[in-house]
Amino acid sequence: MVLQLKEVKKSFTEPDGSPLPILDIPWFELGPGEQMVLVGPSGCGKTTLLHVIAGISRPDSGHVKVNGWDITLMSEAEVDRFRAETIGYVFQTFNLLPGFTALENVMLGMRFGRGRVDRNRAKYLLERVGLGHRLHHKPTALSVGEQQRVSVARALANRPKLILADEPTANVDAGHQQQIVELLRETCQEEKVALLIVTHNMEVARQFSRVDRLEDFNLVLKKPSSGLPPSSDQ
Amino acid sequence: MSLWWIAWRNIQQRSLASTLTAVSMALGVALVAAVLVIHGVIDRSFRRGAQGYDLVIGPKGSPMQLVLNTVYYLGDPVGKIPYEHYMELISHRFQLPDGRVAPPFTKCIPVCMGGSHLGFPLVGTTPEFFELSFMEGEHYEFTRRGGQGRNMEIGNLWEAVVGPVAAKAANLKLGDQFQPRHTRGLDEPEEHHPFTVVGIFAPTGTPNDRAIFVNIEGFWRMHEPGTDATASEGQTAAQSGSSPPVASQTPAPAENRQPQTGSSDSPQKPRSNACSEPSEHQAPQRFISAVLVRLDESDPTLNVALPRLIEDYRIAGVQVFQAVHPSVEVAKLLEGIIGNVQLVLLILAILVVVVAGVGILVSIYNSMNERKRDIAIMRALGASRLTVMMVILLESILLSLGGGAVGVLLSHGLIGILGPLITEHTGVQISALQFQLSELVLIPGLIVLASLVGYLPAVAAYRTDVAKALAASP
Repeated sequence: MVLQLKEVKKSFTEPDGSPLPILDIPWFELGPGEQMVLVGPSGCGKTTLLHVIAGISRPDSGHVKVNGWDITLMSEAEVDRFRAETIGYVFQTFNLLPGFTALENVMLGMRFGRGRVDRNRAKYLLERVGLGHRLHHKPTALSVGEQQRVSVARALANRPKLILADEPTANVDAGHQQQIVELLRETCQEEKVALLIVTHNMEVARQFSRVDRLEDFNLVLKKPSSGLPPSSDQ
Repeated sequence: MSLWWIAWRNIQQRSLASTLTAVSMALGVALVAAVLVIHGVIDRSFRRGAQGYDLVIGPKGSPMQLVLNTVYYLGDPVGKIPYEHYMELISHRFQLPDGRVAPPFTKCIPVCMGGSHLGFPLVGTTPEFFELSFMEGEHYEFTRRGGQGRNMEIGNLWEAVVGPVAAKAANLKLGDQFQPRHTRGLDEPEEHHPFTVVGIFAPTGTPNDRAIFVNIEGFWRMHEPGTDATASEGQTAAQSGSSPPVASQTPAPAENRQPQTGSSDSPQKPRSNACSEPSEHQAPQRFISAVLVRLDESDPTLNVALPRLIEDYRIAGVQVFQAVHPSVEVAKLLEGIIGNVQLVLLILAILVVVVAGVGILVSIYNSMNERKRDIAIMRALGASRLTVMMVILLESILLSLGGGAVGVLLSHGLIGILGPLITEHTGVQISALQFQLSELVLIPGLIVLASLVGYLPAVAAYRTDVAKALAASP
């Protein structure tokens, strides 16, 4: 498995000191090259789940294994390096660094990963997402759709085993949503990377054979499904 | 793509704030560099000026004043030495503490101070003044490196040699005549016998560049009423014999060699001479301000013992001389007075740099709130806490070093622009390319300062909560 979660719990602290449960996931896994969508309403803990998987946040308890490595047992520095080398992250708001060109944004991921910057691969990825002519443009000079495509290229820069995409179409207009999803699916397929998308957009979810639902901080479907869950909430 | 590059990109991203903080650093560093350069130039200039002579002998009084007036032409002479006292001194054989009789002075040149032309000091001396090296291995040049004409001749009363700075500022060229004032200052209405410029020596970087040198005999006689210049000029070869004695073990150049140019081996008395030896009724009373002495360098005992022996020497039962090592007095001056002033200036300039450093701190620290998201993105991409901390520190170092480099260039650029003006007014030669070794201290100094001021924002970057910063609205 590329991703395994076991008895993962995460809670935040309310202002009055009481715990606010965010995640309670007894079991979850994703196979190599597998592509799936996790749906759930806003505020149900989707982003927190991705943060826990990426090692950005630590769970209160439980284990998170990525590519066979339990990141809950790693030091923070080890997790940072592991994340850079193993996980690609596509953010809802793209999160490109504004001072860097499209090409540099892609190369940054490489710099923080293996430390070796492969300029040709960065160019290839940007050409692959259709931005070969926008290599040296800064994010402010790119359209929203182009920024998200740079974000996809950056996530693939270090040949990760797993791509986590957090609402990748949320800030993209309807015309580009389909393009982004197709781009993610195609590139992940080409690179043989597992893809986990979290979204509340059921149009996106319908395009995947595996769709799980996250509600009330729990994974409703704990086993691979074959199609859209019965209670769509779009 | 190095961390330096990432830091540079971050600086570019905040170009206005970065430029302003770098400019403030540049101004601070420019001040420090200027103080260091000026300190170095003044120090070198003072020491250079004192290198030509082993001893300065003058009347009793302040040794510092004697050196300042004789070597740097600053202030008033300490007093006067009657010419016959000078003659007696140079003919005297001192008994050294080790029992030996002191050898004669290697060179011994009388100088008279107390006149000026257009504010440039007038020095009465002998041609041998220009036969001494003004510092080790460097001699006055009249035919190379910008020098013109020749040395004055001892028998020609009304010849003058002009320092290059004085010549330029006073617009004196070869063949020009000028009428000096016999006392310093421009408010003295009386003008005297004209002197003719026969030489302008090449720049030496010493205070002599700002002085005007005239034949000592002419100096004594220039205020005499009815002195006939033409009568004295050109008659020296035939009539000389009373030119002021100069103790010397080395022969003067052929064109200057005088029949009686003195060796101190034998007491010298001015011989009768129509040019320089006035008759009884018109003879001016001859005084000198000081004597510049060169000693035998291979005899350290001389250097140590002679000043004391000269000070103890009595004429008619009275101690009349003092003898000082100019380099010692200059060292006292530099360390005791100028050094302290420069230290205060340096401290002030360093404070300005520190304030500029605090400006960098404030600039970067204030930007941390808006940059939390960028830092979180870098962390999410795999940058460790130490990496983002380093990026912030490198930003601070780049701003400091960049501002510092601009500051050094600014400082040297200004020095280059103002150099000619400074040289004209002070005689101190200063150019944009005069770098001081001490300026190298700026590099580690700025790195340390930048690391200190960058530490606080770097720690803020280190502590950035990635999840929280990513969750915040962009």
